[in-house]
Amino acid sequence: MASSFPESTSSSIVIEARTGYVQVGWRELWASRELLYFLAWRDLKTRYAQTANGAGWALMQPLLSTLIFTLVFGYLAKMPSDGLPYPTFAFAAILPWSLFSKSLERSTLSVVTEGGLIKKVYFPRLIIPIAATFINLVDFAVGLLILIGMMAWYQQVPQWTVLFLPFFVGIALLTALSVSLWLSALNVKYRDVASVVPLMTQLWMFASPVLYPASLVPESLRWYYGLNPMAGVIEGFRWALLGKTAPDWTMMAVSLAMVALLLIGGVIFFRRVERTFADLI
Amino acid sequence: MSDTAVSVTGLSKRYRLGTTHAQDGSLAGALARGLRHLAGRQPAPPQTNDTLWALRDVSFEIKKGEVFGVIGTNGSGKSTLLKILSRVTEPTKGRAIINGRFCGLLEVGTGFHPELTGRDNVFMSGAILGMKRQEIAKKFDEIVAFAEVEQFIDTPVKHYSSVMYVRLGFSVLAHMDPDILIVDEVLAVGDVRFQKKCMGKMEDVGQHGRTVILVSHDMPAITRMCSRAILLNKGEVVQAGPAHDVVNHYLHAGHIQPAVEWPDPTQAPANDVVRLGAVRVRTEAGIVTDRFDIRKPIDLEVEFDVVKAGHIFVPVFNLYNEEDVLVFIAHDRDPAWQRTPRPTGRYTSTARIPGNLLAEGMVSVSSLMMTEDPFRLHVHAPRAIGFRVDDSGTGDSARGDFHGRWPGVVRPILEWRTRYIPE
Repeated sequence: MASSFPESTSSSIVIEARTGYVQVGWRELWASRELLYFLAWRDLKTRYAQTANGAGWALMQPLLSTLIFTLVFGYLAKMPSDGLPYPTFAFAAILPWSLFSKSLERSTLSVVTEGGLIKKVYFPRLIIPIAATFINLVDFAVGLLILIGMMAWYQQVPQWTVLFLPFFVGIALLTALSVSLWLSALNVKYRDVASVVPLMTQLWMFASPVLYPASLVPESLRWYYGLNPMAGVIEGFRWALLGKTAPDWTMMAVSLAMVALLLIGGVIFFRRVERTFADLI
Repeated sequence: MSDTAVSVTGLSKRYRLGTTHAQDGSLAGALARGLRHLAGRQPAPPQTNDTLWALRDVSFEIKKGEVFGVIGTNGSGKSTLLKILSRVTEPTKGRAIINGRFCGLLEVGTGFHPELTGRDNVFMSGAILGMKRQEIAKKFDEIVAFAEVEQFIDTPVKHYSSVMYVRLGFSVLAHMDPDILIVDEVLAVGDVRFQKKCMGKMEDVGQHGRTVILVSHDMPAITRMCSRAILLNKGEVVQAGPAHDVVNHYLHAGHIQPAVEWPDPTQAPANDVVRLGAVRVRTEAGIVTDRFDIRKPIDLEVEFDVVKAGHIFVPVFNLYNEEDVLVFIAHDRDPAWQRTPRPTGRYTSTARIPGNLLAEGMVSVSSLMMTEDPFRLHVHAPRAIGFRVDDSGTGDSARGDFHGRWPGVVRPILEWRTRYIPE
């Protein structure tokens, strides 16, 4: 028996039980890119239609966090910030962090949320967590404008390193996607996964250099620290936007390898279990 | 290329039923079980073997351009078959080959979001069904015109009436231009005029060499539109052939029999107290039939033998409609046998359902014997008999002069009064 899902040609589809490992189905995924766009567009439109101030509220959270962190860690605890003003130091990390954590939370729920569609019509299921991840770029873009405003206030001019910003944004999204591919698929069978995620992201934040610089972590432990891909992303963000200290490149390489590993594993896992989605939701 | 549009061979689908643990759906529960198992404290729970074959060894072929019907009662495997063909779920065994651009839609209005306008939803639904944006834009006016919702196209669909909603949904589907179209129960669309329009559109589709798979409870629609059909029962193909024959088979044979008799006592539903002899449905005049006029009373009858004297119990009928909804439960309230121990012998109990109570459609009847207090179920003959209630539309039923779809589980004629104050 063939060990994979038969490739469907334009004119003929073979439907049978899939066994063994499953192809990713890049071609099909690419062919459905318009659907990806429509799903993201629908979510944005409905989100902002229901809450007129949707965009406003989306900004409140990172802004308030920055304010509190600045008061508590910047002024009271005198947390070192690699010689940068604490507000921009914190906000430059909170921005990619909330992009990551919101993407992760939304994307983990996405498959169950779209259960109605999954039970009714066929399309590449991978599109669902991908769309749920990418729409958070909109909130992120608004946040970025505010950060630029803050930098102007503190008279910080970005260096050439700012060219790397899109790269780190991409890695933040891929990290969120790679983890949520696992979690969104697991959440179909085990519905309590969704309730674990907020706790997980909270703990994860303390394991990431959001409140403190990665330079506080002892040199000898950096390698392990890099196993948390968000450590690389956040350090990269600060470097790209604020310039000062270059990130630890060993740590960065470990972070990238980790994302790649999680992502490949996630895609394989998701594709393997997606065949039971319609039966379980 | 061959002239086969869909070829299905040995298609089977197994579902696992029930679970050993209440916490099965939680990660915490799964982890706890895994840990206990690892620690050797508790053997792994035995796997339950409760499986249901929702579809078993189904094979058929559909030619290009054919309108093909799939019929069967609820739970017969129709929707599982559609889910497999539209690739929503995978078969356990067997295969289906589909030649041509294909569109599976298990429900009209799939992908519609209530907050979005009609216009947005047309694009959304089209994209989910696999249409390109340009393609949708090109057909947009046609889709809206067919649905007759031009005025409301920029209104969120949550403000649509259910009829408008379904119209727009069907219209998107009908303009997909697929080679093969799967449609489930679209014809249950509000008003008769639009139903006719839909059918016209679907027949067009058929004539343009496109293939349609139609699933419906509306038997006249199946007979009129489909050339061939299959009848499913408990996941298996019971009959296949010309649509007319299959529909007749469905309506008249097996599935709805107005009487069941157990001449052989060893085969009859029984316990140590009581044994069923027969269950029947009769007209007022005593004729056993499977067709009833909605205005006329219907007599349900059960024959039973009491084999052990001295027990108090009553005959019970449970009535289900074709959607499998329990319409009502009737316990025998004949005063002569209330709280009275029954001596041995043969009994026949009859319950009269008044005219103008049941709605049109199929009704199936389960026959039971039970002691009410303390509760004990003696005998249960599920879905023993069935019959059909028809409204000939002469104007003196609850329908009056209305001829459209009329949902509802019962259809009584109520006593209406009017108070009128002239100007």
